[in-house]
Amino acid sequence: MNHNQSTRPAQTYWPLGQLILARLREFYREPEAVFWVYGFPILLVVGLGVAFRNRPIEQISIDVESGPRAAEIVSALSGQERFRPRIVEPEEAQRQLQTGRTDLVVRAGSTVELRYEYEYDPTRAPSLLAHAAVDDALQRAAGRKDVVEVSTKVYEKPGGRYIDFLVPGLLGMSLMGGGLWGIGFVTVDMRIRKLLKRFLATPMRKSDFLAGLMISRLMFLVPEVLVLLVFSWLVFGVVVHGNPLAVVFLILLGAVTFAGIGLLVASRAKTIEAVSGLMNLVMLPMWILSGIFFSSNRFPDAAQPFISVLPLTALNNALRAVMQEGAPLLSQWPEISILSLWGAISFWVAIRLFRWV
Amino acid sequence: MATADQLAIYCSQLVKQYDGRPPVEAVRGLDLEVHRGECFGLLGPNGAGKTTTIEILEGLLQPTSGRVEVLGRTWGQHDQEIRQRIGISLQETRLSEKLTVLETLTLFRSFYRSGPDPMKALESVSLEEKGHARVGKLSGGQKQRLAVACAVAGDPELLFLDEPTTGLDPGSRRQLWEIIRNVRADGRTILLTTHYMDEAERLCDRVAIVDHGRVIALGTPRELIASLGGEHIIEFAIAGSHCPDAELEQLPTVRAVRRENGHFSLSVDEPHVVLPALIRRLQDLSCQFTSLTTRHASLEDVFVKLAGRHLEENESLQS
Repeated sequence: MNHNQSTRPAQTYWPLGQLILARLREFYREPEAVFWVYGFPILLVVGLGVAFRNRPIEQISIDVESGPRAAEIVSALSGQERFRPRIVEPEEAQRQLQTGRTDLVVRAGSTVELRYEYEYDPTRAPSLLAHAAVDDALQRAAGRKDVVEVSTKVYEKPGGRYIDFLVPGLLGMSLMGGGLWGIGFVTVDMRIRKLLKRFLATPMRKSDFLAGLMISRLMFLVPEVLVLLVFSWLVFGVVVHGNPLAVVFLILLGAVTFAGIGLLVASRAKTIEAVSGLMNLVMLPMWILSGIFFSSNRFPDAAQPFISVLPLTALNNALRAVMQEGAPLLSQWPEISILSLWGAISFWVAIRLFRWV
Repeated sequence: MATADQLAIYCSQLVKQYDGRPPVEAVRGLDLEVHRGECFGLLGPNGAGKTTTIEILEGLLQPTSGRVEVLGRTWGQHDQEIRQRIGISLQETRLSEKLTVLETLTLFRSFYRSGPDPMKALESVSLEEKGHARVGKLSGGQKQRLAVACAVAGDPELLFLDEPTTGLDPGSRRQLWEIIRNVRADGRTILLTTHYMDEAERLCDRVAIVDHGRVIALGTPRELIASLGGEHIIEFAIAGSHCPDAELEQLPTVRAVRRENGHFSLSVDEPHVVLPALIRRLQDLSCQFTSLTTRHASLEDVFVKLAGRHLEENESLQS
């Protein structure tokens, strides 16, 4: 038709770039999606980090029965910050002990000679600790001397806290969710809207479409991962003990693998219900078994061979080994092989099953 | 052999059977020849096989059997070449609502080797002011115009439009007709499907009337209407005693009589001759008119004559 007037040589069009741009725009213009992808993992880190934080210093609450020497006892205990002594009437002290609100009741002997009586529940660990600690403090205050010189060293293994265990698991979980939602759900949605069919009716190269999905998925990943890692570093001091490049490699491998699984799940589904069901079928076992919130070793030995070949187990184990223990990347070759196999097979099958209409 | 150079579309003995129990034959031996530069309409009721046919011609569906050539090429051998040269608007595509009109059009433009500047394509469908609006904010008519703009993004020689105005209000339909006429004025060939006879009459050079997966009539709208025998229709209803068809057929210039739910419909050549005779005859029979109208015959009447029912009528309600 009017080739000479309608074609503007100055402007060139790059279909892959346009497809990626379209995906990025669709995503960032959907505030809910942005929250679920970036906000939700942070909420999880905060919630779990607070709930399972390592206790700072154990507080010991002590009820001192009122009497002429009660104030003396309280001042003897004031040397240590963990003690929380207060002076109460004897009946009140009994009630507190009975309901477990106090760890230890201290009363001074009524005679002039120096004498203390302790009352506590030996089945409660905090009470046992309180008894030992308070006795020690009062004996020292009364002049007891240590007979042997001792020195104490606090043992702290790198990355040994719960939060250090949790962050790699959450990273794995968000890579799985992102791959399945970001590829699987989005693809089925386009099929339902007949957009896939509309694209098929153009000369668009199918490889451009798939590459566009993959590349935009990897681009969403950058802020997703950075937000999680930087936040847990700033707030909880979680650091990567291994090679950061090894972590980057594992994240990319995990993202590509789960994108492949997402594409497989989406290859035929024609309704949102169907794809949601399939995604839950894929994700639910791994949420439970693959060691996101607690180690997968807690499941029976008989189940371990099955659990260890799940892609998320492999990813979580490898991420933890590198991030927590500083293991070299090559030592994780079994996990890397499992992930690569899952990714390669999923893509291979997905492309053969894929339906555009 | 098809004379590929003059034909934009050639298809012969096209059959499409969908699997199922029992299998559904949507298209049963359909023949079609669309010439270059014409606007050709597939007119028929819902379920006639129009969409199946057009999607086979678009290379989106595999025919069960039959021969198809598009721009002298065949699907399966020259797919990429055909795709570069055709433009398509599907019956229902929900474009991404979060993208703007211009972004959507630029995306589609990028798939083609050549084509108009996206802004220029928007002007051709009168959407230039909506370039930066989100697709989700457009009205039904505007969305349909955007679909047409996407279809011409690659400056196609052949344009497929599947039910381009279905579900639109009368104003939007007229606007879209104007746009289709403009798009066509650039020398393109257009194949459109519709179940609106007025749309086919106004837009199409030639029309194939399709029913039950076959072409039951083919020609220009004028030829098809002329084939009725009379170009005018007199419709009336009567109260009182019965009026036999034979009486009506004897009236001057009456070509055909049709009776439906107590309403009569006469195909006539000259209403000014028939009407006085009709009124006299009915007075003799002591019948009283409850209604009487005359109008020009339309493609609807052609369909009614050939298929024995109306275009927008549910099939189960009749016979």
